[in-house]
Amino acid sequence: MTMHTLSVLVENKPGVLARVSGLFSRRGFNIDSLAVGETENPDVSRITIVVNAESSPLEQVTKQLNKLVNVLKIVELDPSISVARELLLVKVRADRTARAQVLETVNLFRARVVDVAADTLTIEATGTPDKLDALLRDLEPFGIKEMVQSGLVAIGRGSRAITAGPALRAA
Amino acid sequence: MTRPTPETLANTARRARTAAESASDVDHAAATSAVGAVRPAQAQVSGAGSLVRSLEALGVDVVFGIPGGAILPAYDPLYDSTVRHILVRHEQGAGHAATGYAQATGRVGVCIATSGPGATNLVTPIADAYMDSVPLVAITGQVARPSIGTDAFQEADIQGITLPITKHNFLVQEASEIPRVLAEAFHLASTGRPGPVLVDIPKDVLQAPTTFAWPPTLDLPGYRPTLHPHGKQIREAARLMSNARRPVLYVGGGVLKAGATEGLRRLAELTGIPVVTTLMALGAFPDSHRQHLGMPGMHGTVAAVYGLQKADLIVALGARFDDRVTGKLDSFAPDATVVHADIDPAEIGKNRHADVPIVGDARHVIDELLAAVTVERAAGRTTDLVDWWAQLDDLRERYPLGYEEPSDGTLSPQYVIKRLGEIAGPDAIYVAGVGQHQMWASQFISYEKPQTWLNSGGLGTMGYAVPAAMGAKVGRPDTVVWAVDGDGCFQMTNQELATCALEGIPVKIAVINNGNLGMVRQWQTLFYNERYSNTELGTHKHRIPDFVKLAEALGCVGLRCETAEDVDRTIEAAMSINDAPVVIDFVVGKDAMVWPMVAAGTSNDEIMFARGVRPAFDEDDI
Repeated sequence: MTMHTLSVLVENKPGVLARVSGLFSRRGFNIDSLAVGETENPDVSRITIVVNAESSPLEQVTKQLNKLVNVLKIVELDPSISVARELLLVKVRADRTARAQVLETVNLFRARVVDVAADTLTIEATGTPDKLDALLRDLEPFGIKEMVQSGLVAIGRGSRAITAGPALRAA
Repeated sequence: MTRPTPETLANTARRARTAAESASDVDHAAATSAVGAVRPAQAQVSGAGSLVRSLEALGVDVVFGIPGGAILPAYDPLYDSTVRHILVRHEQGAGHAATGYAQATGRVGVCIATSGPGATNLVTPIADAYMDSVPLVAITGQVARPSIGTDAFQEADIQGITLPITKHNFLVQEASEIPRVLAEAFHLASTGRPGPVLVDIPKDVLQAPTTFAWPPTLDLPGYRPTLHPHGKQIREAARLMSNARRPVLYVGGGVLKAGATEGLRRLAELTGIPVVTTLMALGAFPDSHRQHLGMPGMHGTVAAVYGLQKADLIVALGARFDDRVTGKLDSFAPDATVVHADIDPAEIGKNRHADVPIVGDARHVIDELLAAVTVERAAGRTTDLVDWWAQLDDLRERYPLGYEEPSDGTLSPQYVIKRLGEIAGPDAIYVAGVGQHQMWASQFISYEKPQTWLNSGGLGTMGYAVPAAMGAKVGRPDTVVWAVDGDGCFQMTNQELATCALEGIPVKIAVINNGNLGMVRQWQTLFYNERYSNTELGTHKHRIPDFVKLAEALGCVGLRCETAEDVDRTIEAAMSINDAPVVIDFVVGKDAMVWPMVAAGTSNDEIMFARGVRPAFDEDDI
């Protein structure tokens, strides 16, 4: 099984996410990560889906997705020619004795401290899933009180835009 | 006893053209387009008025439904409309009637229900239409917008419920959207791969004042069905068809939906290739045609099953390699190269790998295949199918469709169905329920023309026949419509006969009454050691219900036939009654079985011609 990153451009309408996610579960696919947001065109939303599947079932689910009336375009992003990032917010135990070490780790990963309390620091980090995994591994010994992660977002390298094309009326 | 005359039926022949027809041949390259040739109109109306005006503008002549609280505003303008509303007895009946109407006419069928239970009662017919790709528009009332999400009285999230069983669905948010949403619903239902579309309209939207303006502009940027096939793929398919030694044309319901039956006949005759037609495609190619091997699949003919199984080339046209056709998929047609043409790209390669995938409307695909094959022939490239036909003819001769007379002296169900087909003839429409009687109706009635065989293929919905026959008769009032139903199926939806009696819809129902859930009983006989758990219905033993009395209570003529000598006379008596629905209770033996049979989950190679009888295939011929 291989990880695939699909960029799905959809009409920005109520219920579209349910159509897309429902289709995955109905056809027996697990979504590893999902992120949704508006694009440069407010009528169009972009759903980034990471799915673990063989290529032939993936082709079937892509075809089924394409049949959804609100889906405008689907592009599978090749990891070698795209940029992919996740956002992590993590609340780490950091009393006076540990705080310096935690801040060192934060700097090492070019993360940021976004909130300070007496015995915790809240850290914001963006990066590839691998980088965030490494950061979490280094923070683990201090004690992770709470964490939240976004789904992956990804975009192709180079000047071409997948939002340009006949499928998109306003783009 | 007075009965309504069927003169109202004559009105339904009006408005022959609908959005379905006018839009069917339009290219969808443009993301937005206007529908209908109706001259622009504007009027101040309620949302409900806008809904009814939209239905009129779309050319709808009839809708099937039941009013209720949330949809009630729509029933007021409907009272004055040219659209005929047929008041059914259960929303499931409305859905299947709309499906029967659509399948018999090729136009969009429309059903209407209220919110909550009205809408959920439509779920089965919507799922049925989804599986069989029927152009259906379901309009449901919804609780008023401020009440949505509050568990209000008769609230159900029907949009959410029907997500997996509709081609698309809408929850209308503003009255001004109604004409556009209706036009989009009809366009989606009837173009590309047809399917059901649900339009849910909150009660306050129906009541809100709005401006009705026609025609609306469709806004479906993500909907672009591919109608025209790729030339290179067509040429490759034609090349394969001109070289194969054991080719088969595997024809599915898409050929009927595309209106491609004439082209199919020409393609078959030009190439000489044998044809099989699936359960959904009966009538797409004449049963009497020499090149027709019959139906493939679980209860298909030996020649059709064998033909696909041993083929070196399968040309699938508007078919989907359903499990009931392929049997155990791994062992299906192991030597075949597959050309798969379908309007739905997701069907291609879904179950069986396609060596030559062709996306397109079956009519365009077949027309272009005809041209490409003609080019091949002009270049002297043809193939010799003499050996292939010799094998197939031998199988047809040795293993024809047939049945044994019951040894206990009971009436043979196959005989009844065979005689019904012979007496009513190839111009009648036959509508089946689901089970043994459906399979016998597929086997022992000869289908010569498109749109003469209606059934629930994909979902296998018991109870389909009576309401679907009602819809078919409304759509084609001048055609004789016979439902071939089982005693189990009939007890699920026979209340629509009251609708037929009152609305002047003289359908004819042949209940093949074997007193049991026959197909389930057959499986219990074969696979469960004859332990008949919960399959006896008591329609024989206790004569409950008495179908003749039931028919009369529902305003129909009730007849009964229990012997072979009475079969013709009873069918002819029913044929002579045209001012009322007729029900014949054919009391038949319970032990008859459907043969041939490929048991579920086994390979097509294991087809049984009759109980304990495996056909002898001469493997050396291959």
